[in-house]
This record gives sequence, structure tokens and C-alpha cells, in this order.
Amino acid sequence: MTTPLLSLQGLTKAYPGVVANDNVSFDIGEGEVHALLGENGAGKSTLVKMIYGLVKPDSGTMLLRGQPYAPPEPRAARADGIAMVFQHFSLFDALNVAENIALGMENPPPMGDLASRIREVSETYGLPLDPYRTVGDLSAGERQRVEIIRCLLQDPKLLIMDEPTSVLTPQEVEILFETLQKLRAEGTSILYISHKLEEIRTLCDHATILRLGKNVGECTPRETSARDMAELMVGTALQTPQRAGRDFGEVALDISGLSVPSPTEFGTALKNVHLTVRKGEVLGIGGVAGNGQDELLGVLSGEIQTAADAVKMAGQPVGRLGPTARRRLGLLTAPEERLGHAAAPDMSLTENALLTGSVREGLESNGFLKWNDTRSFAERIIKAFDVRTPGPENAARSLSGGNLQKFVIGREVLQNPEVLVVNQPTWGVDAAAAAAIRQAILDLASKGAAVVCISQDLDELMEISDSFAALNEGRLSAPRPTTGLTVEEIGLMMGGAHGMEVAHV
Amino acid sequence: MDLTEINPVLLVASLMVAATPLLLAAIGELVVEKSGVLNLGVEGMMIVGAISGFAVSVETGSPWLGFVAAAVGGALLSLLFVVLTQVALANQVASGLALTLFGLGLSALLGQSYVGIKPPSMAELNIPGISDLPVIGPILFGHDPILYLGIALTAAVWAVLKFTRAGLILRAVGENHDAAHALGYKVVRIRCLAILFGGACAGLGGAYISLIRVPQWTEGMTAGVGWIALALVVFASWKPWRVLLGAYLFGGVTVVQLNLQAAGVAIPVEYLAMSPYLITILVLVILSADKSRAPASLGRIFHASH
Repeated sequence: MTTPLLSLQGLTKAYPGVVANDNVSFDIGEGEVHALLGENGAGKSTLVKMIYGLVKPDSGTMLLRGQPYAPPEPRAARADGIAMVFQHFSLFDALNVAENIALGMENPPPMGDLASRIREVSETYGLPLDPYRTVGDLSAGERQRVEIIRCLLQDPKLLIMDEPTSVLTPQEVEILFETLQKLRAEGTSILYISHKLEEIRTLCDHATILRLGKNVGECTPRETSARDMAELMVGTALQTPQRAGRDFGEVALDISGLSVPSPTEFGTALKNVHLTVRKGEVLGIGGVAGNGQDELLGVLSGEIQTAADAVKMAGQPVGRLGPTARRRLGLLTAPEERLGHAAAPDMSLTENALLTGSVREGLESNGFLKWNDTRSFAERIIKAFDVRTPGPENAARSLSGGNLQKFVIGREVLQNPEVLVVNQPTWGVDAAAAAAIRQAILDLASKGAAVVCISQDLDELMEISDSFAALNEGRLSAPRPTTGLTVEEIGLMMGGAHGMEVAHV
Repeated sequence: MDLTEINPVLLVASLMVAATPLLLAAIGELVVEKSGVLNLGVEGMMIVGAISGFAVSVETGSPWLGFVAAAVGGALLSLLFVVLTQVALANQVASGLALTLFGLGLSALLGQSYVGIKPPSMAELNIPGISDLPVIGPILFGHDPILYLGIALTAAVWAVLKFTRAGLILRAVGENHDAAHALGYKVVRIRCLAILFGGACAGLGGAYISLIRVPQWTEGMTAGVGWIALALVVFASWKPWRVLLGAYLFGGVTVVQLNLQAAGVAIPVEYLAMSPYLITILVLVILSADKSRAPASLGRIFHASH
């Protein structure tokens, strides 16, 4: 057997209270696309940070082409031909594309030369990009191109990609895969991190599965079913959410001809949005992040006020009402950003329960707070949604992302909303918790509530929604019944490939 | 009232002198803020620079050594800010305010024995022939070297931020410290250097007041110039040449209103005295209406999470 490109042997890294990686070993061959699979918190990120020199392992060794490899910092890793595309883009909004790329290089050429090299490489790999545009104005897909081109300019031997497709349309994913296959053909190895099993089955030659920091198995994705891989990841059999057949009632929420500018500088304005949701219906709204999702949520929650009759609840105009007045009427929202928008990070769960629940749960009288009732409301949420925390007096910040998400969704669901609007309800949540959240949303709908679910996870939307619409540059497509929709149709609704083209090396 | 007593050439020459302390302090603070740190201690660092420069030049007889000491003094005080905010991760606003209060107190203590002394003066630039030219001579070629240093520093800061890799890294750190860290840049080290540079510049600005502009030592003699410098950086949209413009505007209005006071114009002195602050901020607010914004990480505490 030939020497693998990179060989990990017994890597261990512990943080106070948790072992992020426990004796992990595997090899990445030359020109191989290797998948690293695992739930959130399985230790994938820590592992790649060790390879990229951001974190030092407590024990264990790495061999690069048979030579000992222990990068003290990312600079050294880059010098050895290791490049990384980050999950949360490591870009600088106020700088332009060329400056961003120069920051990721060891010895960047003068700006003029760099700009022409960026043009050249981006054309070659079908990822067109203007070097002088400000990164803050780019779409998520374009931002990712910046990261990828930054890596490609350094001629990497190993390209690490951390959940690269979570922000792309299906067409963009396809083009990314063509680019990656081109790279593999040129002999570049790729370490591909994801929990999307179907794309791993399409792309990857080999997979290593992590669970709770341990290597629990390896497989050849092409020969393994997605379900088997999922069960290796989770460690137990998966529950698929059950949807009861149900009839839709009258229209609960109605938006007609709504156009509003975005309140933020790099946001997207909503343009002529129409939608109706009936009682008992789940409307899924897909689309790549940054196409007006935050603004739509703001319009529905009351954070952005509109003409009075642009938003109607059961026929009653609510466009001028603020969030509290809408809550009183039964329109509840759970925003995407858990820390800082859905929950106040440094306040306890009890206090956070009070913040949105005070009106509907009657948690205050004459300006005084009923702490006992609030605490039992918080405890009810914790119990009903299996939130793992020592108790309601803990700060929201101390919960893991998935647990806090369960709390935030549970807090709204338990207030018996007439209309529930959720944005990215299972973002960054592990599979078991995600299934529980989806089940709660479906149960709510079967009890007669109207639900609007904004999400970038198409599988999730297909699973729970009755009809589907997509946001693209602030415009909402006409909703269509979910049954019978194909991936191509959804992709076209989401706006196609945003000007990408297939690589032509 | 006799407005003919006001000599326009002398006016321009003296506005440049009046503007220099502000320019030095503001250009230093600009670099600090570009790296993502908000140091509200400018006033404190200026006054400490003023007294250390004054004391050293009186003791040694050399104004040059005085200015070196002022830069070192300002930088030393800013080192305290480094320890508080970059090592102990304390709140930057509170630490900056504390730095100003501490600097004012410390300078009063150090300066007790220097009240009423005259410092050695610094020779003005004198190029035979050119410095004697009418109008241009006194305006462009008749100043002390530190004034030219201020202008050169502005140009240098502009060029470094715009054209060099060091400047790019500094801006990147101020824009998104987590991303800069992920790319392997030493966020804390870069910020420390920026803070020290800001401290040295503020110290020079303070010493310019006590050694050249006034020149003597009185307690609290920086009289709020440090605060104006802070406002100037914001309203100049973090652009070096606008800082220069704002500083000269401030200096200009200051000198004009002093001249008007001397000429006995029938406007209450209080209004004249507040006019430089008012007009500078007004003009810069109008200028800053474009879309340039603060460095995104400004004032946020960086804590490496791994």
C-alpha cells in the first residue's frame, strides 16, 4: 500500500469537562475525497482545527507523507499545503475580494497581479468573481467562492471543507461538486465534513464517522445506505416525524403585496410578497440565507412595521402592531439567531421564558412579575422538550445550541399560538433533537395552528411542510404543494445557480 | 473693534500650530481604532506626555529629548490599557475612562515642581532664502520640526493602511478578529502594538502643547483636546486625510476666535470659545454622511476560544 497523504494516529484533545477527541486515527489517501461524518458536538471541528494548526492535540501524532507533522499555527499548515474552507466564513465584510484573499496567503503578489490571478483561477474552475467587489455585498455562494479560491491559489495538497453546502442552492452544490471532482482528478485530497448523507454518498470515496469524539466506524459511502450511516452517527435508530392527515381551516395569516426596505445595511429588501397560510397548514419557505429571510421574519413578528393591511391575521389587519400586541393575538415567532435575538444570552431560562411568555401566559399583573408562575412555565418547557440543563435558573448562554433551540421553540409552542413563525428551527441541532422539534411543529399544526417555517434545510421542509415557496432576492415564489416537487423545480424556485457555471478545465 | 489687526499670514501659520496637538493625538487614535480597540484614555495619555516631555526637556535642556520622553510616557501609560484590556480582558470603555482620570492625577503629581518654569525652545525650521519668502515662507517653511512630523505621520498612516500588507492585516484585525485569528494572525499582539503607537502619538501631542504651543506647564492644560481627538476620528470616518482636515479646521476656528476676542468683537467670549468645538463637529458630521462605517470589531473584546 502507498503512503497516505495524511495519517492521524491516536489524536486526543480534552477541554475542561469534555473530551472533544478521544484517540482518533484514520488515513487520508492521495487524491481521495474523505468524508468526516458526525453529529454536532461529535468533535469534527476540533479534529480539523488540529490538522490546520489552530489547536494542539494533547496526545497522538500526525504524519504528512510519512513525515511527522505538527503545525504550531495555521501559517505552518498552509506552508505544508493544507488549506481550509471554514464553516462560518472567515471573511472581512468591509474589505474587497482581493484583500480578503491576500490575507489568507503567505506571500501575496502585488494587488494588480493578484487580481488577475484571481480572475484566471476563478474562470478555470467556473467560479466567476470580481476581485474588486466588497465582500459585504456578496451572496453566501459568492462568499464561499472567495474562500475556495483563496485556498486554490495556494495549490493545496489537502483541502479541508467544513460543511460547505449548507448555504448553497442545489444547482450551486452541483457546480461545487464538479469543481471538487476536478480537483480530485488533479491529485488534490479533500477532507469533507458534513452531516448531509446523500451528498457524501455522491461525492466521497471514503468516510470516517465520529460520535462523541470517538472514531466509531469507517465505510465506503457509495456502498452504504444513508440510513446505516445516520444510525452510526447517532448511535440509535432514528425516529422519523409522523404527520397525521389533516384538513386545512380558514386563512389564518395573509400577506399581500408587501414591499419593505431592509433595516440593515447589507440586508435584502422584500419585494411584492404574497402569502396565505390556513389553519392546520405548514408553509415551508426555502431559499439561500440572505435573500430576505430575516426581513420576512421581522415583518411577521412586528419588528418591522408595515402598512396596516399588508399583514392580516384571520382577516384582521396587524401590520401596524408591535410584537407584544401580535403575541396577544396569538402570532408567535422564533427567530433564527438563538443568542441575542431569540434569547438574551446572560439571562436565566426563567427570565427568557418571561420575555416572550408574559402576555399569553399571564406572567405579570399590574407591572409586577409572577416569578413562581414563570419558573413553572420554564420548567414545563424544559420537561416537555427534553432540554438538558440543571435547571431554569441557568443562563441561556450556558446551554448547547441544540438544547437552547429546543427551549426557544418549546417556549413558543407551549403558548398555544394561532400562527407560529419559525426561522431555521433546527439549525445546528443534532438529528435526534431536530426530529423532536419537527414533530412538535407537526403536532401543533394538527391541533389547528398555522405554521410558517423558514429554513435552508430542504430535506426538513420536504418532511414537514404542506406547501413550499422560495425566497430569492427578496421575492417570494408562488407556493406549491410539497408532494410531487422535484429537486430541480425547487432549485429553480430558489433562483437557479446565481451565475455559476460548470468548471471547464 | 479693529479687524484689520488680524494678519492672515500669521493666522494660517498659527492655526497649523494650534491644530498639531489634535492631529497627533487623533492620528494615533485612528490607528488604535482601526485595529478594533476603543481607547478613551487619549486625554490622559496626552497630559502624561505633556508633563514627561516638559520635565525631561527642562532637566536635560533638550526639547528633542523631551519629545522622545513624551512619546515614551504616553506609550507607558497606554501599556496599562494594554494590560487591562488585552491581557485581563477588561471593558475598554471603563478602562479608557480610568486611564484618563489616572493620567490627569499622575500628571498633576509629577508636575508640582514645574509650575512657572519656561522650557527650552525648539529651533524653527529655517531654510535661508525660502523661509523668508513672503506669505509662503511663514506658512510652509517657518515651523518647528514636530509640526512637520505630524503631517508626515498622517501621510505615512494613510499610505501604510492603504498600500501595505501590515496595514491590511491591521484593518483585518479591526474588522473581524475571529476571522483574523482563524487565519493565524496574532490579534492581541497586533492590537498591543497599535495601542502603544496611539499612546506615543498622544504623548507627542500633549508635549507639543506644553513645549511649543503654550509653552509652560499648568495642571490639566490639555483642556479636552484628547476628547476632541476621539470625536474627530469618528467624524472623520477613520480616514487620515479627513483627520488632518478636521484638525486644521479646529485649529483655524480656535485661532480666529482668539483673534476676534483680541479685536474686541461684540460677541460674548463664551460663544467664541465654544465655536471651534461646534463648527468642527458640525462640518465633520456633514462629511461623515457617506456610508463608511466603524471597524466592525471596534470595542469588542477578543477572546481566543481555542
